[in-house]
Amino acid sequence: MNILKFFTAGSVDDGKSTLIGRLLYDTDSILADQLEALQASNRKNDDGTIDLAILTDGLRAEREQGITIDVAYKYFQTDKRKFIIADTPGHIQYTRNMVTGASTAKLAIILIDARNGVVEQTIRHSYLVSLLGIEHVVVALNKMDMVGYSETVFNAITEKYKTLAAELGLKEVTFIPVSALKGDNIVHESQNMSWYKGRSLLHFLETVDVDNALQYNLARMPVQWVIRPQTDELHDYRGYAGRVLSGSFKINDQVTVLPSGSSSTISRIEIFDQQPEEAYAGQSVTLHLKDNIDISRGDVLVNAAHLPQSSRMIEADLCWMDGRPLDESITYLLQHNSKVTKAKISEIIYKVDINTLEKESAYDFKLNDIGRVVVKTADELPFDLYTDNKANGAAILIDSRTNLTVAALMFRAVV
Amino acid sequence: MSKYNLDYLDELEAEAIHILREVAGQFEKPALLFSGGKDSITLVRLAEKAFRPGKFPFPLVHIDTGHNFEETIAYRDRMVARLGEKLIVGHVQDSIDQGKVIEQTGKNASRNALQTVTLLDTIAEHGFDACIGGARRDEEKARAKERIFSVRDEFGQWDPKRQRPELWNIYNGKIHKGENVRVFPISNWTELDVWNYIKREQIELPSIYFAHYRDCITRNGQLMAASPFLNMDEDDIVENKQVRFRTVGDMSCTAAVESDADQLEDIIREISASKISERGARMDDKVSEAAMEDRKKGGYF
Repeated sequence: MNILKFFTAGSVDDGKSTLIGRLLYDTDSILADQLEALQASNRKNDDGTIDLAILTDGLRAEREQGITIDVAYKYFQTDKRKFIIADTPGHIQYTRNMVTGASTAKLAIILIDARNGVVEQTIRHSYLVSLLGIEHVVVALNKMDMVGYSETVFNAITEKYKTLAAELGLKEVTFIPVSALKGDNIVHESQNMSWYKGRSLLHFLETVDVDNALQYNLARMPVQWVIRPQTDELHDYRGYAGRVLSGSFKINDQVTVLPSGSSSTISRIEIFDQQPEEAYAGQSVTLHLKDNIDISRGDVLVNAAHLPQSSRMIEADLCWMDGRPLDESITYLLQHNSKVTKAKISEIIYKVDINTLEKESAYDFKLNDIGRVVVKTADELPFDLYTDNKANGAAILIDSRTNLTVAALMFRAVV
Repeated sequence: MSKYNLDYLDELEAEAIHILREVAGQFEKPALLFSGGKDSITLVRLAEKAFRPGKFPFPLVHIDTGHNFEETIAYRDRMVARLGEKLIVGHVQDSIDQGKVIEQTGKNASRNALQTVTLLDTIAEHGFDACIGGARRDEEKARAKERIFSVRDEFGQWDPKRQRPELWNIYNGKIHKGENVRVFPISNWTELDVWNYIKREQIELPSIYFAHYRDCITRNGQLMAASPFLNMDEDDIVENKQVRFRTVGDMSCTAAVESDADQLEDIIREISASKISERGARMDDKVSEAAMEDRKKGGYF
C-alpha cells in the first residue's frame, strides 16, 4: 500500500471543507467521539444535517470566523491506498498557505462552484498548481445539485477550463461532477448523473497512477549527518547519512561530491541493519565511499556522469510569504535542502497578477506576491531546474533578522 | 522507464529519519522527549535507524509526574540500559516542592497540567534548543495544523497564527536565543501506522498496552486504574476488569478500555474496528473543544 498526498484548492464558498468532510465521513474515517463532538456543535446545515465542514476547521480563530486560515492535514485510508490531505485556504490573502500545502502534494483538487464556473479564483488556483508543478489535477465541479445535475452546465465549464489548462501547460486533468453536500460522486457514484460515466472522486484517488519514475541520472543525496562512531571496533567507520532526493545509487556507482568536485565510488549502502545493492529516491540511507574524502553536512553526492547545474546566479520563481516586503538591499539566508548560504535578490524580472496571469514590471514583492527574480548566492549551489527535478530545484529564503521563512523559490534557469 | 513506489511504512519511516537527522544537523543541543508511550518508543527506534552505529546526538528526557504506571518506569530503565544512551529525568514533584506549581485537589485532580512547568524548567536548565516529540497530526484538530518544526517562544508558547510556512521537505530550524523548537518526526503517522510499525519492527512495549486484569473505577464515563494517585471516595466502586491502555500518560488522566487484546495482532484488529479515537481516552482533552489548542499555546508537548 502506498501514500497519496493531495491538496484541495477552493474556498469555503465552493464547499471545500464540506467536500473533505464528506470524503472522511463517507469512508467511515470519523470516529465516534469526534462525531459526538460534531453533533454537539451547534453548526448545522439548513436541513438539520451535520455540517461536515467543521471536521477540518481546527483552530479557534477559524471556528470563530468560519474560514480556514492555515494548512490542516487530514489522514484517511481505504483498503487501496492511504491519503494525506493538505487542506488549504482558498482566498487570495492565503496564497502562501496554498503554496505551502501544494509543495508536498502529488495531486491537486481544484473546486469549481458549478453555478459560477471558471472564475478569477479558479485561474489563480490553477496557476499555482502549474507553478508548483503538481503532476495530477482533478477539477471537481461542485454543487451540481444546485444546477439540476445538468450535463450541459458540466460540459460548458469543462470546455472553458480546458482552454485555461492548455494555456498553463497542465497535462493530466480529470473532471468530476460532484455534490459534496449531498454526497454525489464523492465516495459513492451519483444516482443523479447517469450521463457521467467516469469514476467517483474517491475511486479516482484510489486508482490514479502516482508511481515514481526511476531516473538513474538524477541521483542526488544531500549529506545531513556524518556517522562516525569512533569506537575501537568501528574505528574507520564513516557513513554519510541522508535521504535520496531523486534517482538512485548503486554499489560501485561513481559519485561526485559537490561543491568540492572530488569523486569516489560507493562501497556500501546501509539502511540500518540492511545492506541493499541500491538506494532509491525517498529512502533514508547511509552511504559509504571507497576513498576517504572530506565531506560534511550540506554537501551533495551526485551521479558522476550526470552533474546538476552549478551556479551562484539563478533565475527563479518566487512566492513572497512574509508581512515584511522583500528588501533587495538585505542579505537573506537561502536554504536548499540541508545547505544554507547567504543570498540576495539581485533583480526583479516581473511580477504576475495571479488573477489575470498578466506579467507586470515591479519594484517590490509583498506578502503573497509571485514573480520571477534573479537570486545571487554566496556559495555555488548544485541544483536542478524545478521542471526537471522538483526535489533538487526548490529552496526557501530565511530573514536572518526574524528567522522567519519569507519566500519559496523554484529554480527556472541558470543566469 | 521503470517505476516504483515505497510502501507506506517505508515512506513514513524515511521521512521521520530525515527529520531526526535534520535536528542533529541544525541544532546545538537537542533532546528527545520520552514518555514511555508507544509514540516515543517508536521515535527511539527511528533514532536508532537514523544514527546507528553511532551514538544518538541527543539525550532522552523524561518528564516524570510521579504518578506513573510502574510498568512504564521499569520499561524505560530497561530500554535505556539496552541503548546505552543518556537519560535525563525532570520531576514534577520537584516543581511542587519548589512551590512553582500547586497540586490540584478534588476528585479529578491530575498532575498532567503541572508537567508543562517541569518541562519548561528542564529545557531551560539544560539549554535545549530542540525537543523531539511523538505527537501526531491525526490525534487532534489543533495538532493537524502544527508544523513539523514548531517554534516556541521563551515561555514555551506556540502561536498558531505565526507559524512558519513549511515547504517541500526543507525545515527551517533557525531560532533566537531563548526560543526552542518542538520537532515532530511522526506528524504524518496515524495511530494505526504506529501499531503496524511496532508490529513490523517487533518493538517491545510496556505491558499495560496489552490486555490484563486490573482494579478500576468508573469516572465521568471512563475507566480509570485504581491507584493511590486517584482521589477516591466511598462512591467509587472498584471493579476488577480486563483492560488495556491506548495511550500512556499520568495514571490520573489516562483511561483504560475494556479489551481482551493481548497480542499486537489483536490490538491492530481492535483499533481498525474501533470507533473511539485515542485521545478520546484522555480526560485532559475533554474539557472543551479548544482544550488542546489552549494547552499547546501554554507550552504543552
